Amino acid sequence: MEATVVKTGTEGKTWGGGNDPLKASYGKMMMWFFILSDALTFSGFLASYGFSRFKFVDAWPIPDEVFTHFPFLHGVDAPMYYVAFMTFVLIFSSVTMVLAVDAGHKMKQNKVIFYLFLTIIGGLIFLGSQAWEWATFIKGDYGAIETKGGQIVQFLDKDGERVALRDFAALATGERTEQTKENGIWYKEEAEYYPSVSFEQVKAGFLANDNLLVRIQHKDEHGHHIVLNREESIAKVVNDGVLVVEGANLRHNEYGHPLFADFFFFITGFHGFHVATGVLINCIIFFNVILGTYERRGSYEMVEKVGLYWHFVDLVWVFVFTFFYLV
Amino acid sequence: MAHEHKLEIFRGALKFKSNVSKIWGVFIVLSIVTVVEVALGIIRPAFLVEHHFLALKLLNWIFIILTLFKAYYITWDFMHMRDETSGLRRAVIWTAVFLIIYLVTLILIEGDYIFEVYKNGYIKFDF
Repeated sequence: MEATVVKTGTEGKTWGGGNDPLKASYGKMMMWFFILSDALTFSGFLASYGFSRFKFVDAWPIPDEVFTHFPFLHGVDAPMYYVAFMTFVLIFSSVTMVLAVDAGHKMKQNKVIFYLFLTIIGGLIFLGSQAWEWATFIKGDYGAIETKGGQIVQFLDKDGERVALRDFAALATGERTEQTKENGIWYKEEAEYYPSVSFEQVKAGFLANDNLLVRIQHKDEHGHHIVLNREESIAKVVNDGVLVVEGANLRHNEYGHPLFADFFFFITGFHGFHVATGVLINCIIFFNVILGTYERRGSYEMVEKVGLYWHFVDLVWVFVFTFFYLV
Repeated sequence: MAHEHKLEIFRGALKFKSNVSKIWGVFIVLSIVTVVEVALGIIRPAFLVEHHFLALKLLNWIFIILTLFKAYYITWDFMHMRDETSGLRRAVIWTAVFLIIYLVTLILIEGDYIFEVYKNGYIKFDF
């Protein structure tokens, strides 16, 4: 502010204030340092994921076998196509954002509005996709048995194809009844979630069907889960099996180690939270642009600062995509 | 505010006429890299899966390098790091790169050590 008349006698000197050696405004610089700290938070999460994965490196689920679904294509094995689509949506919304920033530099209000609108739409499509991805993961696919040591045992037929529990469970025997208040001691209620078949049904169906084998969580030297022969399979299910697992939650995970599901929910959830706040902030800026706030201010730098955050969200997704789905 | 954009990517091998065409050019580069990643992830070529370098599969090294490549172009061109002063660039990038490499190295070595303990120690994780 030139109106201030107080002089300190240090004008023009290096430490006299008023210099910006980084040639960036305060807001933009602080956005960069916020992004730096947020990047370190995400690296902490991804590093702890790597820690757990290295810890159980011979028993970790294979992502290609977990994320195999595509909306409206039931029963089609489509590993990673959907998450590749999500990646494109996010990169493209990054492109429209940077186009909005560019239009802002040229003070073209209508172009900024148009590109910001596309960016918000892209963010919403991504969030919807992620909700679908979570729902599919939680619902599960084939189902599995958990052993008393917390290992996951999955069922295969003789050709090595996965078999769903509902396809072979002996539904006539040993149905699991839900614990209710009326017939319980004290107020003990159902503690675990409620799978569609009981362990007894699965066991009876498995023993009755000679075609079925199991594969365990541990992997051989080629990185495939070890498939047991019929005798070993029966021994595994009868001696060790305790629980039916369908889908994934924070405690049980039919795809393999529960930590895989925990990290999936936590890291993609934290990223999704960033996308959601990014969409919210984009909306606020969008309405400000429509109202002409930045036109009157004479600078669209606010769009640029929000753009930095939005690109950062895209940047994080690039890493999440690699370490959760590819590696 | 005058905004100068540097319009060259690939160390000057590719020079664009305007900032908008540079944005689209970078988008095409990022798309190609993503397509390559997904294709490699689905095919998983046997040679790249079976050979290791520093305890990681060659395929995983390729994924990590392509990811860093994408991260570089997102930061440099979408976030305009290319146009910032070297002071700001180093304050942000060097800090992040140093701390992340440090953290990841220590944590992964520790994870590998615990794996060995579980595998060869007295407590078995196989029941």
